[in-house]
Amino acid sequence: MSDLEFEYAALLKQRHRISTCFEWVCRIATGSALLFLAVLLAGVIGQAWGWLDLQFLTGFDSRRPANAGLLAGLWGTFWLILFTTIFTVPVGVGAAIYLEEYASDNRLTRLIKLNLSNLAGVPSIVYGMLGVTVFVRMFGMIPAADGWTAAISLGFGTLEIPLPLGRCLLAGSFTLSLLILPVVIIASQEALRAVPSSIRHASYALGATEWQTIRHQVLPAAVPGISTGIILALSRAMGETAPLIMIGALTYLAFAPGNLNSPLEAVQDPQRVLDAPFDMFTSMPIQIFNWVGQPKAEFQNVAAAGSLVLLILLVVFNATAVVIRNRAQKRITW
Amino acid sequence: MSTADTSGRPLSEATISLHRTASFVRLKEWGIRSVLFGCAAVSILTTFGIVSVLFSNAIYDLSPQRLGTDGQAKPNEAFFQQVSVTEFVTETRWTPQFSEKHFGILPLICGTLLISGIAAFIGLPIGLCSAIYLSEYAAPRTRAVIKPVLEVLAGIPTVVYGYFALVFVTPYVLKPLFHDLLGMDVGVFNAASAGIVVGIMIIPMISSLSEDVLRAVPRSLREAAYALGSTRFDVSTRVVVPAALSGIIASFLLAIARAIGETMAVTIAAGQTATVTADPFRSVATMTSYIVNVSLGDTEIGSIEEKSIYAVGLTLFLMTLCMNVVSQFVLRRFREVYQ
Repeated sequence: MSDLEFEYAALLKQRHRISTCFEWVCRIATGSALLFLAVLLAGVIGQAWGWLDLQFLTGFDSRRPANAGLLAGLWGTFWLILFTTIFTVPVGVGAAIYLEEYASDNRLTRLIKLNLSNLAGVPSIVYGMLGVTVFVRMFGMIPAADGWTAAISLGFGTLEIPLPLGRCLLAGSFTLSLLILPVVIIASQEALRAVPSSIRHASYALGATEWQTIRHQVLPAAVPGISTGIILALSRAMGETAPLIMIGALTYLAFAPGNLNSPLEAVQDPQRVLDAPFDMFTSMPIQIFNWVGQPKAEFQNVAAAGSLVLLILLVVFNATAVVIRNRAQKRITW
Repeated sequence: MSTADTSGRPLSEATISLHRTASFVRLKEWGIRSVLFGCAAVSILTTFGIVSVLFSNAIYDLSPQRLGTDGQAKPNEAFFQQVSVTEFVTETRWTPQFSEKHFGILPLICGTLLISGIAAFIGLPIGLCSAIYLSEYAAPRTRAVIKPVLEVLAGIPTVVYGYFALVFVTPYVLKPLFHDLLGMDVGVFNAASAGIVVGIMIIPMISSLSEDVLRAVPRSLREAAYALGSTRFDVSTRVVVPAALSGIIASFLLAIARAIGETMAVTIAAGQTATVTADPFRSVATMTSYIVNVSLGDTEIGSIEEKSIYAVGLTLFLMTLCMNVVSQFVLRRFREVYQ
C-alpha cells in the first residue's frame, strides 16, 4: 500500500469515527429530552402519591394541607373552558372559512394573515392586560363605583349581567378566547386547505352556491382537522395561568362559581347556572400556583396532586384529538 | 330550483319564482360572507385592542378626566407622562413598590435575558440535535413514537414546570452540583432553575419545527452527497442543515421569543428581586414575573405602580414582536426553493 492510500484509509476511518460520535450526540440529545419528561412525570407522581384521593377532588381549598381540595378549581376550569369553546369555535372556524374560501388575495387579506401569525406569538400575559382593560373595566367608561346590573328575566331565573363585567368568570373566558383564537384559525385554515379543490369544483358544477358548497362538502371533510386543532388549543387554554391572574382570578376561593357544586344542583336550582358566569372564580393552574407558593412543606404534595389531575385531564384531551385524527385518516380517501 | 318542464307550470311563473329565489339566495350568500368577514376582523380588532391598551396606559392617555375618591377631577396620566423615557432606559434600579421610586427597566430586561440565555443554552442544542436525529437517523417507526412523546413536553402547563424547578431542579440538581461540590451560593429562588425548565419547555418547539424543514430538503441532495463519499455527519452538517438553515433560525427565534414571554415558571422559580446581575444562582425578576406580582397585590387603579406594568408590558410586546417579525422575514427571505 502506498503512503497516499494509507493516509486515505486513516482519514476515512477518522471521518467515520466522527460520524458515529455525532450520531451518538444526537441520540443522547433526544434521549435527554425524553429523560426530562420521564423525571418530571415521575417526580410529580411520586410527590402526589397518597395525596390524590376523593377528599382532594370533592373538597374546597383549606389552610390545612390535609384538607385542601381542588373542587373550586375543577368547576372554575370547567366553566372557563365551556365558555371559551362557545366563543372560540364559531368565530375561529368562521374566520378560517373566510380566509380560505372567500377572501381574494388583496392587501387586507395579507394583512389579516400576517397579523394572525404575529398574534400567535404574543405572550399570554399581554392578553391578560388586554382582558383587564377591555372586559374587566370596559375601558373605565363606567366607573366601578356606579356600575349597574342589567337583569334579564328568563322565566326559570334572572340573568344578572354586571356592567362593567368586573373580575368575573366570563371576562376570563373572553380573554382565553382571544388568546387561542389565532391558533384555532391557523389550524382550521390548514384543515380547509387540505380539502382538494376538485370537491369544490364538482359541487359548483352541480349548481351549488358558495355557501352550499362550504356547508355540505368542504366543512364536513375538514371537521376532523378542525376539531383536532380546537381541542389542542383548548388544552392550552386549560393550562393558562398568567392572563387569569391578571383578570383577577382568586388564588384562594372556598366555593365554586354560582355556588354550583354538583351537576344535580344545576337541575334543582337553575338560577345558580345563570349566576356562574358572573361569579368570582379560580382555576386548577391557579390553585396549583397558590399551593406552590405556600410555606408549609406539605403544600408541595398538594400542588403535585393538583398538577397530576391537570395532567391527566390534558392527556384525555390530547388522546381524544389523536383518536379523531387517526379515524379521519382511515376514513377519508380522495 | 325547479324548472318549468319538470313542474309543469307555465314558463313565466317559473321564471319569476326562479328569479325571486336567486335574489334571496344571493342576499343570504352576501350575508354569510359578511358575517364570516366579521369573524376574520376579530383578529385585527384584537391587535388594535392590544396596541391601544398598551399605548394609552404607557405612552399617552387619551381618555377624559376621571373623578378621584375625594371628588376632584384627576387627569389620567400614562406612565411616560409621569416618568421620562431617559430614566426608563438608563436608570439601573427598578423599585416602583418602594417609597423611593426608581423606574429603570434595565434590571428586568437583564433578568429576562439571563433566563432566556440559559434556556437557549439548554434548549437550542438539544432541540436541534433531536431534530437531526429524528430526520436523518431515526427509523420511521421510531420517529412516529418519539415525535409525539416530545410534543407532550410542550403541552405541560407552565405552572407544573415552575413547580418542577422549585421542588426538584433547585434542591436535587443545582444544590448538590454547585453548592456542595463547587461551593457556590445557590438561592432557593434562582435564575438557573427557571432557565433550565424554560429550556426544556422550548425543546419540542425547536425539534418539531426544525425537523419539518430538515425533512423538506429533497432526497436527491442527500443521495448526491452520499454518492460523493460523504459520511452521515457530512451529509447532515454540510448539506441538510445549511439547506434548511432559514427554517432552523426561524425556529430558534420563535423559541427564544417564547422564552422571553414565559411567565409562570419564571414567577415561581426565579423569585422577584429586580437586580442587574449575571449570577445564575441569585434570585432575579423578569418583565413577566414583575407584571404577575403587581397583579397579585392590591394596587390602586391609576397609580404609577399600576401604570408601570403597562410600560413593562409594552417593552415585552415590542421585544417578542421584533423576534417574530425577524423570524418570518428570515423564513421568507432566505428560503431555498427546490423543485
